[in-house]
Amino acid sequence: MCTALSRGPVPPPGGGSVLLDFIQQVVGGIALGCVYGLIALGFVLIYKATEVVNFAQGDLMMLGGFFAYTFIDQLGLNYWIGFALAVLAMAAFGSLVERAIVRPILGYPQFSIIMVTIGLGFALRAVVGMIWGTDDLRIDTPFSSGVVHIGPLVLAYDKLSVIVATVLLCGGLWIYFNKTRMGIAMQATSQNMLGAYYMGIPVKRVFSLIWAISAAVAGFAGVLLAPIAFIHTNVGFLGLKAFPAAVLGGFGSIPGALAGGLVIGVAETLSGFYLPEGFKDVAAYILLLIVLMVRPEGLFGLHLRKKV
Amino acid sequence: MRPIFQTDYDQDIRLMRHRGYWWSYGTLLLLVLLAPFVVGSYLQSQIVFVFIYSIVGVGLLILAGFTGQTSLGHAAFLAIGAYTAGYMQRLGVPFLVYLPLSVILSGAVGALVGFPALRLSGIYLVIATIAFGFIIEEVAARWESVTNGNDGMRVKPIEFFGVTLGREGYGFYYLCLGLLMLVLLLALNILRSPTGRAFVAIRDSEIAARSIGVNLAVYKVVAFSISAAMTGLAGCLYAHKLSFISPEMFTLLLSLEFVIVILIGGIGSLHGAVLGSIFVVMVDPFLGYLKDDVPRTIGKLAQAFGAANAGAIQDTLSAIGGAAGLKGAIYGVIIILFIIFEPYGLYGRWLKIRLYFELFPLYKKATFRRQKTYLKSERNR
Amino acid sequence: MSLLRLDAISLSFGGLTAVDGVSFAVERGEIFTMIGPNGAGKTSIFNMISRFYQPSEGRLFFEDIEITSMPPHQIAELGIARTFQNIELFDNATVLDNLLVGRHRHRTTRIFEDILFLPKVRRAEYADRYRVEEVIEFLDLQKYRDLVIANLPYGVRKVCELARALCTEPKLLLLDEPSSGLNVEETDDMVYWINDIRSEFGITVLMVEHDMTLVNRVSDRVLALNYGHVLALGTPHEVAHDRAVIAAYLGT
Repeated sequence: MCTALSRGPVPPPGGGSVLLDFIQQVVGGIALGCVYGLIALGFVLIYKATEVVNFAQGDLMMLGGFFAYTFIDQLGLNYWIGFALAVLAMAAFGSLVERAIVRPILGYPQFSIIMVTIGLGFALRAVVGMIWGTDDLRIDTPFSSGVVHIGPLVLAYDKLSVIVATVLLCGGLWIYFNKTRMGIAMQATSQNMLGAYYMGIPVKRVFSLIWAISAAVAGFAGVLLAPIAFIHTNVGFLGLKAFPAAVLGGFGSIPGALAGGLVIGVAETLSGFYLPEGFKDVAAYILLLIVLMVRPEGLFGLHLRKKV
Repeated sequence: MRPIFQTDYDQDIRLMRHRGYWWSYGTLLLLVLLAPFVVGSYLQSQIVFVFIYSIVGVGLLILAGFTGQTSLGHAAFLAIGAYTAGYMQRLGVPFLVYLPLSVILSGAVGALVGFPALRLSGIYLVIATIAFGFIIEEVAARWESVTNGNDGMRVKPIEFFGVTLGREGYGFYYLCLGLLMLVLLLALNILRSPTGRAFVAIRDSEIAARSIGVNLAVYKVVAFSISAAMTGLAGCLYAHKLSFISPEMFTLLLSLEFVIVILIGGIGSLHGAVLGSIFVVMVDPFLGYLKDDVPRTIGKLAQAFGAANAGAIQDTLSAIGGAAGLKGAIYGVIIILFIIFEPYGLYGRWLKIRLYFELFPLYKKATFRRQKTYLKSERNR
Repeated sequence: MSLLRLDAISLSFGGLTAVDGVSFAVERGEIFTMIGPNGAGKTSIFNMISRFYQPSEGRLFFEDIEITSMPPHQIAELGIARTFQNIELFDNATVLDNLLVGRHRHRTTRIFEDILFLPKVRRAEYADRYRVEEVIEFLDLQKYRDLVIANLPYGVRKVCELARALCTEPKLLLLDEPSSGLNVEETDDMVYWINDIRSEFGITVLMVEHDMTLVNRVSDRVLALNYGHVLALGTPHEVAHDRAVIAAYLGT
């Protein structure tokens, strides 16, 4: 399934040059990286606010795709309306998950919280498989086919749509977090929940909101991914690749998550093209380990130390 | 409840704290020794899996439960142990040589992993171990000269001193049991010794541990190494039990199963490894039971009560029970429920039950109720 | 030879200078206290001595051995122990286990000997437990011996911190605000204990403290710090009447 993203479109007649190939691959890598970046973004949002690492983020993305399928294909709604509804449905689902599953376990050791999210991922995959079946599903989107020509470059609409949409979404989120008080409130709740309570921050509402936003972002990514990788319960495993992205970005910063995603996406696509068989799948992880050895807190992370 | 007067340091140090322990564990051992003659061959086979998973559970407990280094990549060490055994066997190396070899090789790789892991903590360590697991899986698939790649490798039954221990036979059962008891004994020794206390110190407060003189690097690497070595031993047995290994058996899902073992069993005590393994190994037979027997029984009950559509009820229940992915759903739901409601795991529940009977009728549920905890950043740990 | 000597020690974090050119020496057998307002650099100096921070400039000597770049666990081997301002006990272990970890420095058994639990490991356990019981008796912790730290009140935890540091049999004991959070009775006990630590065990004590009555009753010499500089060094009486110290910290 990842090959669909990293395979470039049909080269133009007359053969392309080495540079052209490289650029095609890079663009494909950027598109893949945007998807990783969006999932990593979801991770980082939740981590910044609640210090929970949500291993089910990829599965939330998968669920977003399935919601979109229901709205667009089964109910026959317009693509854009279905898209928006799917994102809203995911936001509601995220709140629900937070209320029912995450809130009871805040304050437990981080290991337990990670395992709860892993359990959530298991359950989600299984239930979705039971409800929608395990076949590949498709939806009709305005971007499923068609290419744009920029000089000798041929870029597919589906990949471009991912890139453009990600840029727009990140711009919107940046404005939200930096120009409103929510951003600071969210950081406060993650660093010291009790202190945040004392300061009058509506902690529970902040948590619900952050999970809703994070799930909505995941759903957004899921719908964007649909024309490329189809809709299937295994799509969630892409989320595992988003981990290296979030770690590279330092787990603490939103632009870092996106940058990490782009790095991983491009690295993976290029390894698939230039390196021998098998390297593509592990390229992300090898890169991750190298970065962790050299800079344990990630590229953009802060080196925090406990004050005794 | 019997009050125990402490008159001797040995009372704290020795493994069997008082006579009651001899009775209870002795009975357990007797039951396990006699089991193969009493239960059917399918159950005996499952019990061998329980032994193997318990060995891994003990290894993972030493690393994650007692030293605080969470690892989601232990399937990799299992793979190393399994492939070492398979490859050595193919080369004609005798069992008594390649068994310790798988242990030592896994331990060595564990130490190698431990070194870079020194700089990582918390979520970074978890992700690094996941990455390690993926890389080993890929290596197993690519290194075809040794591992036979994706085609998998056949593993012949154990042979030593002319005796063949078939994987379904009594010999293999007792071998696995014996090795499990050895591993448990070594783990208990570690935990009651200064090394074990140093591990716990590292888990609870690295800063204090360092100021007391615990060399973090040495002890973390040793913890990784011991944990990996035990898992490697289990890997060798796993290879023989399955008689066929291939890279796609040693995935992240398997590592997660091991973590589920210690999580459900109870992360604070070695009992957790065994209890958790029983749970994880018994899920499959339980699902089979759900698919066939439960709908049938409910259908019969419905018929007995005169319901008109008893057949339909039985069919729907059967369909739910047989749905693909039900295993995942059950795992997921059970993990979530256990963490929310039983943070001390099955062993914790057993302790609560035992306390109930010891204190009857004065037992208070609040003994184990957690204080309301607030989130405190682990980044500054 | 002084037991501990700091030679023009400085510490900066980014643009902030926490400690600026501090020099002093602690003699064997004395009780030496550092006082000063919050942020004066007292705990930073402690952290540099126990090697959690690296001085930006200057050198540290313990018994004339240079320790400026030594790793933290080796400091314990030399005989320096410390307590922490925010208690760093092992929360999920019993008091006894915490104190037994304190004996780590005196280990005679190797790791593989521990795994096999050879008889020499058992004998080492007996010896360790004997010494730990002596410390428990000294600090009156008998009734808390088998309780888990997480269930103990704050005052008792502070005493356990002290006990654990004593179990390492140090030559120099660093106490970071030993009386913070203690009531009058517990502070009184602390006075007696600190004096007994010096007279019975021969341990040199370096303290950071805010409670001036405790400082006056216990200290041989006092060092006053402010903004990372030394303001005054002398007997408690001299420092208490030093004009700069009064202006910066004590008030009239």
